[in-house]
Amino acid sequence: MRHILSILMENEAGALSRVAGLFSARGYNIESLTVGPTEDPSLSRMTIVTRGSEEIIEQITKQLNKLIDVVKLLDLCEGRHIERELMLIKLRAVNNEAREEFKRLAEIFSGRIVDVTEELYTIELADTSERIEAFIGAVDKKAIIEAVRSGVTGISHGDKSLTL
Amino acid sequence: MELTGAEIVVRYLKDEGVKFVFGYPGGAVLHIYDALYNQEDVEHVLVRHEQAATHAADGYARSTGKPGVVLVTSGPGATNAVTGIATAYMDSIPMVVITGQVPTALIGNDAFQEVDSVGITRPCVKHNFLVKDVADLAETLKKAFYIATTGRPGPVVVDIPKDVTADKVEYVYPKKVSIRSYNPVVKGHLGQIKKAVALIQQARRPMIYTGGGVILGRGAESLTAMTRMLNYPITNTLMGLGAYPATDRQFLGMLGMHGTYEANMAMHHCDVLIAIGARFDDRVTGNVEKFCPHAQIIHVDIDPSSISKNVKVDVPIVGPVDNVLKSMLKLLKEGKVKPDQAALGAWWKQIEEWRATECLKYDGSGDIIKPQYVVESLYQVTNGDAFVSSDVGQHQMWAAQYYKFNKPYRWLNSGGLGTMGFGLPAAMGAQMAHPDETVACITGEGSIQMCIQELATCRQYGLPIKIICLNNRYLGMVRQWQEFFYQGRYSMSYMDSLPDFVKLAESYGHVGMKIERPGDVVPALEEAMKLKDRTVFMDFITDREENVYPMIPAGAGLNEMILV
Repeated sequence: MRHILSILMENEAGALSRVAGLFSARGYNIESLTVGPTEDPSLSRMTIVTRGSEEIIEQITKQLNKLIDVVKLLDLCEGRHIERELMLIKLRAVNNEAREEFKRLAEIFSGRIVDVTEELYTIELADTSERIEAFIGAVDKKAIIEAVRSGVTGISHGDKSLTL
Repeated sequence: MELTGAEIVVRYLKDEGVKFVFGYPGGAVLHIYDALYNQEDVEHVLVRHEQAATHAADGYARSTGKPGVVLVTSGPGATNAVTGIATAYMDSIPMVVITGQVPTALIGNDAFQEVDSVGITRPCVKHNFLVKDVADLAETLKKAFYIATTGRPGPVVVDIPKDVTADKVEYVYPKKVSIRSYNPVVKGHLGQIKKAVALIQQARRPMIYTGGGVILGRGAESLTAMTRMLNYPITNTLMGLGAYPATDRQFLGMLGMHGTYEANMAMHHCDVLIAIGARFDDRVTGNVEKFCPHAQIIHVDIDPSSISKNVKVDVPIVGPVDNVLKSMLKLLKEGKVKPDQAALGAWWKQIEEWRATECLKYDGSGDIIKPQYVVESLYQVTNGDAFVSSDVGQHQMWAAQYYKFNKPYRWLNSGGLGTMGFGLPAAMGAQMAHPDETVACITGEGSIQMCIQELATCRQYGLPIKIICLNNRYLGMVRQWQEFFYQGRYSMSYMDSLPDFVKLAESYGHVGMKIERPGDVVPALEEAMKLKDRTVFMDFITDREENVYPMIPAGAGLNEMILV
């Protein structure tokens, strides 16, 4: 099962490597990991997408909670949640037909064309991983110059929140 | 008053009540060593290798319950300490390790004796710190001791760059500490405890299985009271020996790979398993698929991540062992439901039948010294009252099987990491803490050579440790596995070119004895015990191919033991 773990942790040097080290030392899987500051400068927030049986996810959350730098943790998949991933994708758009096609696709997927040159379109897309993969699947493989994905970040639905 | 970082370290240790620091000087910690000079509050014990500093601090901690403190320099000082830090981590031993670091301006420059100590130790510490500002030093040390000694204890490394030990700041001992992300549980959940008690009262074939957590959590007294009140059988893990009196009728001996027949069979057949401060280690469970197939399991542990890690449990209780045991005792006393005495009687009858196999019996009639006999004799001669450290291998198992520990804190061994070289320095730490008690180190000719340089430390501090070397000229446990599982191909398990241990001991200024006949074992031990102020190295030439029995082969269940 896929799980999204949202972690509030001390904004201290080495905190990221403690989490990453825990996953590698115990052989847990990391599908994606994002980290950034929060509105409180003493805290940073990390989102990890991982896979495993219920037992393994239980161990992962317990082991993460054991890290001194981890302040609070929430498995977003325990309830309704909103998840987003950002992708920037650079596409070869050499003729009108291709340009029209990418523009149309961007519209369908609620993306934006953020950079244009004579031969290239760069499209920005913020959506679920599933939708991002659907977008990639919809464009001609040969047209993709490069694609960069941020990894998943997420927030729980409604009143539920991960705060101090 | 303004103090330098180095002075703050020493002053802080004094204020924390630290009596001994085990360490070894070097460039990055010279300021701290200078601050140690000309003061008498904190005694520094100079070892001969940093690994021994950590093991000695560990032995001090295991035998007192207080945190062990280590001071080593940067680079190789820190890397040499890693084995001892990992040893303490695996066995949850409270320890604070202060490592010197190159000056902050040089960090990351591949400076002389630089190593990323925080990075290297990260996977084997409870937590670690790099102190970049002298203003944070006292508070960081406070946090280190707090983290090391509370919750599930463990080692904490504090890495201090040299310039931070020279910088000055106003020193105030931080009386309070709070870490918002670290709040160890202080008591168990009452609802869960009630559930557990109900299950305990319904048991027909109960079994109590306890580990190192009972020792670390100072729960031995409550455990003994509860076990006696219930009249239930009890087993201890290798780490838990001494938590319940080993000579008591209810004690079935150690369990696991080299546990007794009765303990393992009772585990396999019980219907309610009461696990306390134990972590279902693979050396205990054998094949987890076959582990306690008939039992409902109660598990008390302070660390939530220990619960349902290897074996799924029915009633988990997260909390300090002693607190939970006291709550259980209270409920059991109040309880109207009494365990079914007829069922318990039948269970005891079955256990006594298993016990009658006398699985630890050995043939001692020959004219070669049996290693088991040496340990038994040591037990007799010391009235079972010694602090006993061990190294790792066959002698460790024989020590655990044949020395009956009736008290906690007396059995010091590297159970989790299995570190050869642990025994002698751990004995030093215990002897520093208990100068008037008998401290024995049961070792082998392989293990002792991994930290033999510490004979010099024993000399310098006049530590009257009794070293019991069970010398079989083999790396015995490796040889045993090669005999059983590799058709007797003794690859590299043979110890060629052994030193003359008697002369070696004498060259360090100690007493050396070589004992070759069974009849000489007890007289030699008695003579050694009389030498109250001398380190005695006793080289017992034992049966070469004696094996440790019983044994559960890897992958088998607890009921599938090899008895002889």
